[in-house]
Amino acid sequence: MSKLKSLKGWLYLLPAILFLGFFMVYPLIDVVMYSFEEGYNFASQSHFGYGLYNFKYVLHDPYFLQAVKNTFIIVIITVPLSTGIALLISLGLNSIKPLKELFQTVYFLPYVTNTLAVGLVFMILFKKTAYSEGLVNLLLNSLGMSSVDFIDGPYWAKIFVMCFYTIWVVMPFKILILTSALAGVKKDYYNAARVDGTSKFRIFYKITLPMISPMIFYLVITGFIGAFKAYSDEVAIFGTNLNAAGMNTIVGYVYDMLYGNSGGYPSYASAASLILFAIVFTITVINLLISKKNVQY
Amino acid sequence: MADLTYEDLQKIEKRAKVSGSVSKTVTYILLTFWGLIVLFPFYWMVLTSIKSYSSYNSEYIPKFIATHPTVQNYFDAFTTVNLSRYFLNTVVFTLLTTAIMMVVTVLAAFAFARLDFKGKNITFAIFLSLMMIPTELVVITNYVTITNWHMRNTFAGLILPSVASVFYIYLLKENFEQVPEELYKAAKVDGTSDLKYLIKVLIPINKPTIITILILKVIECWNSYVWPRLVTDKETHFLVSNGIQEIRENGFGRENIPAMMAAVVVISLPLVILFLIFHKRIMEGVSRGGTKG
Repeated sequence: MSKLKSLKGWLYLLPAILFLGFFMVYPLIDVVMYSFEEGYNFASQSHFGYGLYNFKYVLHDPYFLQAVKNTFIIVIITVPLSTGIALLISLGLNSIKPLKELFQTVYFLPYVTNTLAVGLVFMILFKKTAYSEGLVNLLLNSLGMSSVDFIDGPYWAKIFVMCFYTIWVVMPFKILILTSALAGVKKDYYNAARVDGTSKFRIFYKITLPMISPMIFYLVITGFIGAFKAYSDEVAIFGTNLNAAGMNTIVGYVYDMLYGNSGGYPSYASAASLILFAIVFTITVINLLISKKNVQY
Repeated sequence: MADLTYEDLQKIEKRAKVSGSVSKTVTYILLTFWGLIVLFPFYWMVLTSIKSYSSYNSEYIPKFIATHPTVQNYFDAFTTVNLSRYFLNTVVFTLLTTAIMMVVTVLAAFAFARLDFKGKNITFAIFLSLMMIPTELVVITNYVTITNWHMRNTFAGLILPSVASVFYIYLLKENFEQVPEELYKAAKVDGTSDLKYLIKVLIPINKPTIITILILKVIECWNSYVWPRLVTDKETHFLVSNGIQEIRENGFGRENIPAMMAAVVVISLPLVILFLIFHKRIMEGVSRGGTKG
């Protein structure tokens, strides 16, 4: 291999290496440094020393604890629910012929829309204002329930809207993946089972589910990761000041620390983001271990 | 065992058919129900955007049709707030980011797929491992870097950290490798330069994948919110996502929801049109490995 040839390869790679080096590899090292630098000052870019103070501060910050609580609620509610509903819908889609493509296309629409923009529509549908109860509340009233302010009201109501919107946003991807997984299951298996007179539920439990289990686990794992990083959907509904709404998430806390109303503490932001990364990493490893035991490839 | 008569068989078949059509009907009803949940917000945003301010506020029970449709809100959206500015910024940002990303990605994918050089395998392994790095982790330093480079509120600051994408390099490399290597060798014998081979042969052959990557990146850019929010605090460089938050918090003076919805429609429209044209390609591209966020 001539030197010139080797140089050429690196030349083609150079732009990618520069971009990744500056904006991914270096930041990765830097963020760890920041998180241990105590008393970092943004203006003078200096600090006193190294230690665990930033982590201690973040872990004792009530805003952070609230953010952790909110994030875990989002994860625990939306991941199983969205995966379950997506599975039901995909099974339904897979059992029909006419209109199947139309349904599939419609279901995918939220994927390409701007979450910030559509979140405003959700806010309006759920919001109670001086001159109108809002559409959802009118619906509740007509069912004999009293109205609730979902945007500025009680905690559970806000959680409900947040989870509802999150599920609405993540569904397209899950339905798409599951329908293509289901379409990939060989018809022979079903026909054989049908000849044997196997019940529908048993077919699902014994054939379909094992066959698509890798994809379900893929969705669960990516779903966990995505839900832990929830942020934009919350901003879309509750506005940028999530702390005031009591609806902040861990990622939101990181950004608020970096910039925003409390602004300018990259050390705290780094510590918080490393804590988030540790949580996500642990959960993903656990997920992978469980999937190794249960998934049939 | 008693023999089944023809009538018995018919009865069984009929019963199966009835239960089949019942479950079909239930399936269709449920699927339609979810379809309505998906479409309703879009319907509501368009509907509200064509109601006048006074009629919207006078409807205690909102009407499901607009009795006196108006386009006044769209005029307001473009004149009262800086919507056209946000829109134009986003177009510039999206086009530039996607274009630079594509050049960087094609060059890197070609190097990995066809060129031989020292340290190629280890570099590729490092690239792959970078796919696991969440953006949340690197955003902090990038914010400090861009601030130190005095690039806040500039297009360079918006674009530079959004360019590199390991996943697309990986995807394109896999595609490039599927093109028979004989073509490359033949081109070499003919004295064709690498760059010429890349532009004249490899790119045209892999056009479908490249278009898919372009579309996915455009969607990502159009909807990006977090990074633009961090590095811009002047309206002159707001993108639509930040613009809509600005409109929500400080726009239109009073709570003018119809005008706000007009802005939302304008912002959503480009991607909806893109989706209607390319929905097959987009869905295929996403199922091949795209994730959201």
